[in-house]
Amino acid sequence: MYGNDVIDPNVPLNAAETAAYDEAAAHVEGRAVGEASAEGFDALIAADQRIEPRDAMPDKYRETLIRQIAQHAHSEIIGMQPEGNWITRAPSLRRKAILIAKVQDEAGHGLYLYSAAETLGVDRAELLDRLHDGKQKYSSIFNYPTLTWADNGAIGWLVDGAAIMNQVPLCRCSYGPYARAMIRVCKEESFHQRQGFEILWTLMRGTEAQRAMAQDAANRWWWPALAMFGPPDTGEAAKGGGHTEQSMAWGIKRFANDDLRQKFVDMMVPQADKLGIVLPDPDLRWNEERGHYDFGDIDWGEFWRVLRGDGPCNAERIEHRRSAHAEGAWVREAATAYAAKQASRRQESAA
Amino acid sequence: MSSDVSPVNSTNAPAESEESLPGAAENGPSGELPEAAYLLGLADDAMVYAQRLSEWMTNAPQIEEDMALGNIALDLLGQARALYPYIGSIDGTGRGEDDYAMLRDERDWRNVHLVEQERGDFADEMARLLWFSAYQVELHTALTGSSDDVVAGVAGKALKEVRYHLDHASLWVVRLGDGTEESHRRMQAALERVLPHLAELFDDDEASVTAAGLGVGVLPSSLHDAVVGRVRRVTDEATLTLPEASSWRSRGGRAGIHSRPMGYLLAEMQHIARSHPGATW
Repeated sequence: MYGNDVIDPNVPLNAAETAAYDEAAAHVEGRAVGEASAEGFDALIAADQRIEPRDAMPDKYRETLIRQIAQHAHSEIIGMQPEGNWITRAPSLRRKAILIAKVQDEAGHGLYLYSAAETLGVDRAELLDRLHDGKQKYSSIFNYPTLTWADNGAIGWLVDGAAIMNQVPLCRCSYGPYARAMIRVCKEESFHQRQGFEILWTLMRGTEAQRAMAQDAANRWWWPALAMFGPPDTGEAAKGGGHTEQSMAWGIKRFANDDLRQKFVDMMVPQADKLGIVLPDPDLRWNEERGHYDFGDIDWGEFWRVLRGDGPCNAERIEHRRSAHAEGAWVREAATAYAAKQASRRQESAA
Repeated sequence: MSSDVSPVNSTNAPAESEESLPGAAENGPSGELPEAAYLLGLADDAMVYAQRLSEWMTNAPQIEEDMALGNIALDLLGQARALYPYIGSIDGTGRGEDDYAMLRDERDWRNVHLVEQERGDFADEMARLLWFSAYQVELHTALTGSSDDVVAGVAGKALKEVRYHLDHASLWVVRLGDGTEESHRRMQAALERVLPHLAELFDDDEASVTAAGLGVGVLPSSLHDAVVGRVRRVTDEATLTLPEASSWRSRGGRAGIHSRPMGYLLAEMQHIARSHPGATW
């Protein structure tokens, strides 16, 4: 019921419903996943083979992946908050059930990704500490507030849509556990994106107040969604630094930020038309010559400001995480203590 | 078990005191048929507890628990959603699930006070979940033999779910009771705090007496000893002491007399739906 009843399921609504995803998902492992390869790292990369946990890999490759996978996991966990904020207020029981399931999925994605990161030699507790201490980031999109019910639709449609566009190429990432995680995550995100579209679809066919709510949400989420692809990272713009070039060489990253952003815009504009939502960009128009939509300038000043901590919800998101974690410390300690007691009891009875 | 002192201070007798409460009408708060009123009590318990449990998502001690409590909330929500339209068909109003959930005022809700209490700490939630799921296991076991096929069907599905809920709560109560000094102290305190809200689960009001008489429902008092037995096995293993009696007990939920948190719970849950009359979502 994630929207398939109102829109043609055969028309792709997001990147996980395109051939690029199918190809990545069809990847067959060239060797047993648990074994270390006799070939060197460079040879595996050159042959477009996946690197597995027991393979030798450069420290920088390992660090880059830990940072990226952890950031991705943190984004799932922090990303539970904006929509979690609406579970108790969902306007119908069907919507409440869907929203609970969706936030659960996000928790599951977080756990799945922390496990992928753990294959690189870090543990989840350590990564969570880094999140809570501000040493590792999460996607800046979650520093925006969810002001109305329609925001849940806009997040599913635009934010999950943009995330999928970023993540489908990661299904071909050179690091096996991350690639396999992405194959699964993208499939679930695809449901999320459809349910977001369906929320907006329903609102746009509802009362005047509902239509206004949907339009307002789209107005507020469109530009932050475009910024999710990151600043331009090729040509002149890339000279400020960044990890793109090395990540491309290592098969972690496959497309430039601007390429993915363009694909996203091209995919979303017809969907906005279908919804009856006007995207908040006067410069948005089809360019026959390029075969793409032209769009206006993104406010990178705002992007950097929010990324550096001065967004509407940065402090709130981290504080929420920190306090839930701190309030639960005695529970986790008890579980550890009980497990230790049980282990020693087993030992005693075995002796 | 029957000679045991009842830890929930239940009299196992019809809750006569409700008759003296203002507004406790003979046929339930909305004058529904007793069978419908009985089922509404079950549905409202599940609905309101689902609402409370869902508040844990993003607030749980660990991410696995965000998921688990969300999962239990989803199961309970599913139970309520299965019952509401059926109740609408037998009470003659034809109401759907959202009519019941979003458009009823506090006095028309028939859930017990236990489920509407505000979220406490994790030990409070595990104490509540242990009791409520033990109660639901016994309830749905009995209801699988209901003369009403729909009720028996809902109970059969729910039974599989609530066994898992009981298992989940039991594991945590044991871990917390037999974990650290602090967790033991908190879990013991939580068992004491939840106590006054348990007796209501086992009160035989007129609706349940009628529903049980028809073979549709089950007398709540008949579940008492088995539920206490289930809980006691867990608290014993957890090195906790099941409190014997409290100086007061809640009453009136099944007659639409609720405690202070209920109005706020409904205000939050119903606000959006009520702000847009007639809208679909």
